[in-house]
Amino acid sequence: MPVNPELQGRVFPATSPYLVGREKIREFARAVLATSPLNFDVEAARAAGHADLVAPPTFPVVVQESTLAQLLAEPDAGIDFSRVVHGDQRFTYTRPVVAGDELTATLTVSSVKSLGAHSMVTAESVITDAQGEHVVTAISTLVVRGDE
Amino acid sequence: MARQFDALTVGDVVAERDIHFTRDSLVRYAGASGDFNPIHYRDDVATAVGLPGVIAHGMLTMGAAVQSVVDWAGDPARIVDYQVRFTRPVVVDRAEGAAVTIVAKVGQLDADAHVARIDLTVTFNGETVLGKAQVRVSLA
Repeated sequence: MPVNPELQGRVFPATSPYLVGREKIREFARAVLATSPLNFDVEAARAAGHADLVAPPTFPVVVQESTLAQLLAEPDAGIDFSRVVHGDQRFTYTRPVVAGDELTATLTVSSVKSLGAHSMVTAESVITDAQGEHVVTAISTLVVRGDE
Repeated sequence: MARQFDALTVGDVVAERDIHFTRDSLVRYAGASGDFNPIHYRDDVATAVGLPGVIAHGMLTMGAAVQSVVDWAGDPARIVDYQVRFTRPVVVDRAEGAAVTIVAKVGQLDADAHVARIDLTVTFNGETVLGKAQVRVSLA
């Protein structure tokens, strides 16, 4: 089943708030081999002018993940997860994610394209804080492999 | 930091790093990120879907590759934009793991905003695994 072209432009409901914890930042930072004290040491982060621990640049993937799950679960999407390959990824920041942030993400399918048997779905997750201010936008292109 | 910006020239290498992924790294990243796709820890599943073996999460390679730039810039908050294209898988051998090399070079300088575009070359087995890997760093 090909990806439904009518997905283009669809906007999903905002995800439930994700509370960014210090230990989650530390865990993620260790996993991506980060060594910056600003990821681990609250005093160092505060001395650098931040409210709390700063998350590594790719941390928003944790919040974005729940939006992509919405997309994959959409009954009429026609996206077979076992055929999905991550094509590209981008994060565009207004400000860094810090511990204590309560983040909500809203996914919009910005484009659906066919490339031979394959489909390319670009999904844009806009991540905002508890005040509704923009923090970061995460954009993923998923390549859905068709039958060869 | 503005002084640091002024000292930069396009083509300067600002960081170089070799990193090593093992199967342990992949399990750790799966837990931290919530991406439990079995192609990142089960050989049988990886080969069944046509991969040469267990591969690293693209997002792990992306996340680890930028750390050399974070350390150079001194603060993860200086990264204002980061994009990559996943061009080839990093196959993580059960015994040997996978050695990945990162070279970070100045690609472009925006003098008005004091933003440097740092281009990453990320290679595994001599082949590039991330395409168009660009990090925008604010040095204002």
